Amino acid sequence: MKAKGELKEFEVIGRKLPSENEPKPPLYKMRIFSPDTIVAKSRFWYFLRQLKKFKKATGEIVSIKEIPEKSPIKIKNFGIWLRYESRSGVHNMYREYRDLSVGGAVTQCYRDMGARHRARAHSIQIIKVEVIKAAACRRPQVKQFHNSTIKFPLPKRVHHYKRLNKFAYKRPSTYFL
Amino acid sequence: MPFERYVEPGRVALVADGPLKGKLVSVVDVIDQTRALVDGPGSGVPRQQIRLNQLHLTKFRLSYPFTAPTRVVRKAWTDAKLNEKWAESQWSKNLANKEKRAEMTDYDRFKLTSARVKRNRARTAVFKSLKVKAARGGKFGKKKVPKTPAKKQRTKKAPAAKPAKK
Repeated sequence: MKAKGELKEFEVIGRKLPSENEPKPPLYKMRIFSPDTIVAKSRFWYFLRQLKKFKKATGEIVSIKEIPEKSPIKIKNFGIWLRYESRSGVHNMYREYRDLSVGGAVTQCYRDMGARHRARAHSIQIIKVEVIKAAACRRPQVKQFHNSTIKFPLPKRVHHYKRLNKFAYKRPSTYFL
Repeated sequence: MPFERYVEPGRVALVADGPLKGKLVSVVDVIDQTRALVDGPGSGVPRQQIRLNQLHLTKFRLSYPFTAPTRVVRKAWTDAKLNEKWAESQWSKNLANKEKRAEMTDYDRFKLTSARVKRNRARTAVFKSLKVKAARGGKFGKKKVPKTPAKKQRTKKAPAAKPAKK
């Protein structure tokens, strides 16, 4: 999978195709994070094959729904449990992110894993995503924002640094009060 | 040169970049090192996240607790009369002048030039008469003028008055 753009949360429900000895096979639900429904279905089958004995050819997807964020203007702390393959082995990880939505947090996670561990999206499996209460957070880079009177200046301001000219005739000012 | 403007709940900022460019917003909470949750009920900005890079902090600060709901922010905004205070500030006037300059037609530019020429000629005439007076009184020249602290006069530029807005 390519973690394109901002990932969305999908609820995918699938089952084995009904047969004579099993007319009502059980339904299995998964919480999939993907850029669109097509990739969501694909990821669903990828995981389900590893967990249960049926695949896309012998099963069917009963429902796929995008789950919009319940509180998109409330800042939350997300704990993400994941499993990823590095160049020399497979590892489990627990990471924390602060974001407004689950999709945003998972997207942050994919970008972060790519940056810090060079892990590509296809080698990352999100096991669990949970909203964590502030007191239960474990990572200091998330806990430092748990302050009701948070206050910090913006020390070195580089304005539009990607749009600056190739040549400059004087040093730019980076101090703005 | 200590810092005077901080990113904190209540800080009013101007959005300098992106689709909300030019609007006033106030910081409600900080998401992380690069993003803040921001709300602008007095300027038509719904509550949303914004990158701190896109904000220019102003000297104004509303007072409400962090993560206050929009109605509390709106009340603080109107109680502090933020829109009026902002319109009176030099910063917003400079922005308005910039806009006016960008919209000038060739005729406006001609009017501006002739107004400036007229003003400068009057100014030089007065200066020359003062200079002559001082020279005759022996007070003109670097070593002869008594040192007084210079008062910087801010002259309002003609564009604020002359070119007609379309």
